[in-house]
Amino acid sequence: MNPDYYLILSALLFGIGAVGVLVRRNAIVVFMCVELMLNAVNLSFVTFSRINGNLDGVVMAFFVMVVAAAEVVVGLAIIMSIFRSRRSASIDDANLLKY
Amino acid sequence: MTETAEMAVPATGMAGAAMWLVLLPLIGTAIMLIGGRRLDRTGHLVGLLMVVAAFVLGLLMFLSHPASGEGTSIMDSNLFSWMPVEQLQVEFGLRIDPLSLTFVLLITGVGALIHIYSIGYMHHDPDRRKFFAYLNLFVASMLLLVLGNSFVTLYAGWEGVGLASYLLIGFWSDRPSAATAAKKAFIMNRVGDVGLALAIFLMFKEMGTTSFDGVFSQIGAVAEQSPGTVTAIALLLLLGACGKSGQVPLQAWLPDAMEGPTPVSALIHAATMVTAGVYLIARCSPIFNLTADGQLVVTIIGAVTLLVGCIAGCAKDDIKKVLAYSTVSQIGYMFLAVGLGAGVYALGILHLLTHGFFKAGLFLGAGSVMHGMNDDVDMRRYGGLWRKMPITFATFTFGYLALIGFPFLSGFYSKDPIIEAAFAAGGTKGWLLGGAALLGAGLTAFYMTRLMYMTFFGKARHEELRSADGREYHPHESPASMTVPMVILALGSIFAGFFLTQGERLAGWLSPSVGEFSEPHPEIVSATAVTVGTLVMIALGVVIAWLFVGRKPVPVQRPSDVSWVIRLARAEVGGDVINETLFATPGIKLTNSLVVAEEKAVDRVMTGFGTGLAALSARLRRTQTGYVRSYALSMLGGSLIVVLALLVVRFA
Amino acid sequence: MSDFPLVLLLVVVPAVGAIITGAMRNAPVKQVKIVALAFTLLVFVIAVALWIGFDKADTNYQFVSSAQWIPTLGINFSVGVDGVSLVMIALIALLLPIVLGASWEEKLPAGRSIGSYFSLLLMLESTLIGVFAATDVFLFYVFFELMLLPMYFLIGAYGGPRRTYAATKFFLYSLFGGLMMLASVIALYVVSRDHIPGGTLDWTALQQIASEIPESTQMWIFAGFAIAFAIKAPLVPFHTWLPDAGAEAPVGSGTLIVGVLDKVGTFGFLRICLPLLPAASAKFAWLILLLAVIGIFYGGIVAAGQRDLKRFVTYTSIAHFGFIAMGVFVFSTQALSGAVIYMVAHGLATSLLFLVIGMLTSRGGSRLISDYGGVWKVAPILGGMFLIGSLATIALPGTSSFVAEFLVLIGSFATQPVWASFATAGIVIAAIYMLWIFQRTMTGPVRGAAVIGTVAGPDFGLDKPAGSKQLESGHTVTVKEHQAPTKPKALFGDLNIREIAVLTPLVALIMVLGVYPKPMLDVVNPTVAKIIEMSGHTDPVPAAGAVEGAGN
Repeated sequence: MNPDYYLILSALLFGIGAVGVLVRRNAIVVFMCVELMLNAVNLSFVTFSRINGNLDGVVMAFFVMVVAAAEVVVGLAIIMSIFRSRRSASIDDANLLKY
Repeated sequence: MTETAEMAVPATGMAGAAMWLVLLPLIGTAIMLIGGRRLDRTGHLVGLLMVVAAFVLGLLMFLSHPASGEGTSIMDSNLFSWMPVEQLQVEFGLRIDPLSLTFVLLITGVGALIHIYSIGYMHHDPDRRKFFAYLNLFVASMLLLVLGNSFVTLYAGWEGVGLASYLLIGFWSDRPSAATAAKKAFIMNRVGDVGLALAIFLMFKEMGTTSFDGVFSQIGAVAEQSPGTVTAIALLLLLGACGKSGQVPLQAWLPDAMEGPTPVSALIHAATMVTAGVYLIARCSPIFNLTADGQLVVTIIGAVTLLVGCIAGCAKDDIKKVLAYSTVSQIGYMFLAVGLGAGVYALGILHLLTHGFFKAGLFLGAGSVMHGMNDDVDMRRYGGLWRKMPITFATFTFGYLALIGFPFLSGFYSKDPIIEAAFAAGGTKGWLLGGAALLGAGLTAFYMTRLMYMTFFGKARHEELRSADGREYHPHESPASMTVPMVILALGSIFAGFFLTQGERLAGWLSPSVGEFSEPHPEIVSATAVTVGTLVMIALGVVIAWLFVGRKPVPVQRPSDVSWVIRLARAEVGGDVINETLFATPGIKLTNSLVVAEEKAVDRVMTGFGTGLAALSARLRRTQTGYVRSYALSMLGGSLIVVLALLVVRFA
Repeated sequence: MSDFPLVLLLVVVPAVGAIITGAMRNAPVKQVKIVALAFTLLVFVIAVALWIGFDKADTNYQFVSSAQWIPTLGINFSVGVDGVSLVMIALIALLLPIVLGASWEEKLPAGRSIGSYFSLLLMLESTLIGVFAATDVFLFYVFFELMLLPMYFLIGAYGGPRRTYAATKFFLYSLFGGLMMLASVIALYVVSRDHIPGGTLDWTALQQIASEIPESTQMWIFAGFAIAFAIKAPLVPFHTWLPDAGAEAPVGSGTLIVGVLDKVGTFGFLRICLPLLPAASAKFAWLILLLAVIGIFYGGIVAAGQRDLKRFVTYTSIAHFGFIAMGVFVFSTQALSGAVIYMVAHGLATSLLFLVIGMLTSRGGSRLISDYGGVWKVAPILGGMFLIGSLATIALPGTSSFVAEFLVLIGSFATQPVWASFATAGIVIAAIYMLWIFQRTMTGPVRGAAVIGTVAGPDFGLDKPAGSKQLESGHTVTVKEHQAPTKPKALFGDLNIREIAVLTPLVALIMVLGVYPKPMLDVVNPTVAKIIEMSGHTDPVPAAGAVEGAGN
């Protein structure tokens, strides 16, 4: 088994996620792209865990999943409340925190 | 050479008494100032008592002082250690010797008379107590000046009299002119003080001591090593002396100092303080004897000043300013005498003493005239006063005759030998100095005769005039407390010169302090010729004064259409103009421009760092746009840089 | 030699006082004031005891209290005194009760209580004593910075109309200097590790290795310290914080700024730079001397042109700090002793002048010089005190300043005649600015809006139309509206008993130390001689040979 393919897949997923975060305006989509990046990282963790033959990477991946779950909860709540007050899910509209 | 002090005697006996000379008037000052308004009625008596006590003490010390040749006539006593730091050991000590005792008697004697006079003169002044407090402060400082046995003690007294002079010139402090004159006097004196201070520093650097004894015993060694240093010390001392004594180029403050009450002018600005420069040079005779250049400068300053003073005195209409310029020029004579070197120091001191008598008398006379004339000082408004003020007129006349050097009065005995000594300098120098002194004698006779005519003779111009505050003039004789001191001083003006020169009494007495006296013998002209020449010049001055002033009525308004000579004299030979254009005006401009520079440049530059940082941060914070995606982009960029850097480090 | 930790007490007692008075929020104001005054008096008593117990012959630190603080860096919390710090601590202990007394009825900005003002003053006293007593360089740094905190609030919360600006400026300047100093402190520690295992910041230990530190290293370390001290002292051109801080601070803390706080700078020069960095000090002496002489002239001339009384005093101080810095950097015992005495004498003289000006401005309600005139006639005691302060400022013989200035100049002349000659010329400028200000405010006819009329109230007349701010130019003071002496306003009374009582100790000390400074010189001289020796210099020998018993 060649782990390179997994890593290339992981890099591709991460790149798609990163581009998505940078170019999309819809908060939900940005959010999904962040998730994509996290899962790309998870994939490389698991791959390295397999390569090294120990479980460190897997444990790390679990942590990431837990954090991602928590993040989704908090993040979606924030997006919801912003949507309620502004009637918009565009992240460019929420730019009050500046200068 | 002078004797050196045999040893430091403990502060007992006579030396202990010397301490009280300084302390008594000082205590008087303290009592009167701290006592406050409660002492308004009696304060002046305290002041008088202290000065009289000091005079009696001084007299006792004088009488018990061993005559020269019999034991030690110079006694140093160190009271306490003042500023001891390693090598520098400044002692607070007093020196009792013929020179200091002579001054003690002059200061306390004339001082006591002027205290008495002031009781009457300042009778109506609500601040008479303060006036006496300041007078006592002056007496104390002046005594410290002449009694100190080191240059530092002398300096302390030197500045102390400057303070007293400041306070007394500005005594009527609500007059702007008085306040300005006081400030001017102090500041110009400070210029001189810088010279004195630097001289002290130089002495310490070269000799490691500041006491008279230490300096005078080692100055010879310094002169052998580097004569230039001795000349430098002498010139710096001379700068100090010029400041205090109102000599060119620091003469301009003295006439302005006449803003003070007249007793002050008599005591401080005629009889005692302004002669401190002469004292300093006489005291430092061991230094000046070693530097011909230094002495030459002293004589030049003396000669120039005596002429400048005379010329300016000729054109003044303010009676006190005429006398002030007269003082300037008479001190010029004293400088001339002490500058002429070993052997004739005593002549300078002699003239100082006789001048103390007749000039104090003249000032008190002027004060008496002003007292009767609503405090007006303009002689053009006087005239014919001899009838109204007989005692003042009589005493004033004796002072006048003594001042111009009328034969067998005090001034004759003291001024004539100085002129002879000037001619005795020999060669071109002798002709120039002697000629200046001779010319000065003629000019003195001129301006003093002018003053006499304008004040006491001629038409009583005041009868048709009112004083500035609208009152009529009612000239009258002054009360006894004022006339008695005038009479005593007039007696001094008549007899002091004869008494002191009889058998070279003063010169012999002073010889332990300033060296043996040697009668000057002019070689270029005979002594008799000098005397005759002087008398001719004096007569000429009197006659010319009569021609110009006495035979025609004096205009009340000052004539403005006059020749350049009179204009020059009125401008005080440029003294104040030079000060204004060279120092005062540029100084004020410098001050104003520096204040602006401080606000606009220095402060801006220093705070500029802060404002620069603030401006930079104002720019940088613009990058915080608030758009999440731009933050994400910069995060990505940062991550890429980190990754690339890692890779470069890894594979490079 | 006593082991009783008197010095530690001197640091702790005012701090305790500050906490107690700070906690007495709800107590009556008068009670708080009395408690604060009691603490300062207690400190004064301890200081007197310290002076009595001090062994003059011993040049080591005495009454040392030491405890390990950060052992890994060789830092101790240790305090003690030598001759120089003793006189400075005595000055602080003396000034605080006086300042409290003078501020007893201070008008503070709205909403500020005098209790917390006094509490901050006590806190300041503690840190000031700490900075002079620290025998560990790091502790010195800590107190050096701590000192800023109470002063920042004393200016920023209790000061005049531009207090915020002044406080910020003061804080930033000092902090900048402090950080420079911190870098140097760290460098000193790093260098010390080359000579002492584990390194140290103990002053005595550092002093012993001072001569082994290479010159180039010393110069860098010196630069950091010198910037901090030059800002604090302050030397031109690092001085511009002082006029703002001094003018905007309330009178009490302003007095402490010019009277004591600034001396930390010159004290640092002679405590840290000379003994610990001797080679660099010798190398950079010309620079400091140049700044000192510039300061003497620049400060004096700018002072003469000031319109604001309090700013005027701060500029005179800048001129005087030139003399002190000069005395430190000419390396002769006379000058260094003189510099130490100068610190005390200037503390007394300037405090007197500053307090008197505070009393004057509290009566007139204006800080502008042109609003006053002829005050001497109206308030003779006030005028007299002003005069004594002025005379002490121009170093008239008989005042302590004369002793100081004379020693500085005579000592400087022995080693640096040219610089000393310039500085001596500066005494004329002192006379000019001091007497001019005296003439403008005190003498002449009774005049000026503050004396005979009313001026704008709380803004201290600073925002009046430009016409009234015009400098009175011309050689003589021109009185524009020459009125006959007008009746002064009723408020303008002479000093009251409290004010006289507050000023009298200062006047007495100025005069006593001017006539008989030996007790102080005896304390200072051995330490000074040791510092000169440590910095590797000896007094020049007069050309005409050594003299014994020169005073005879």
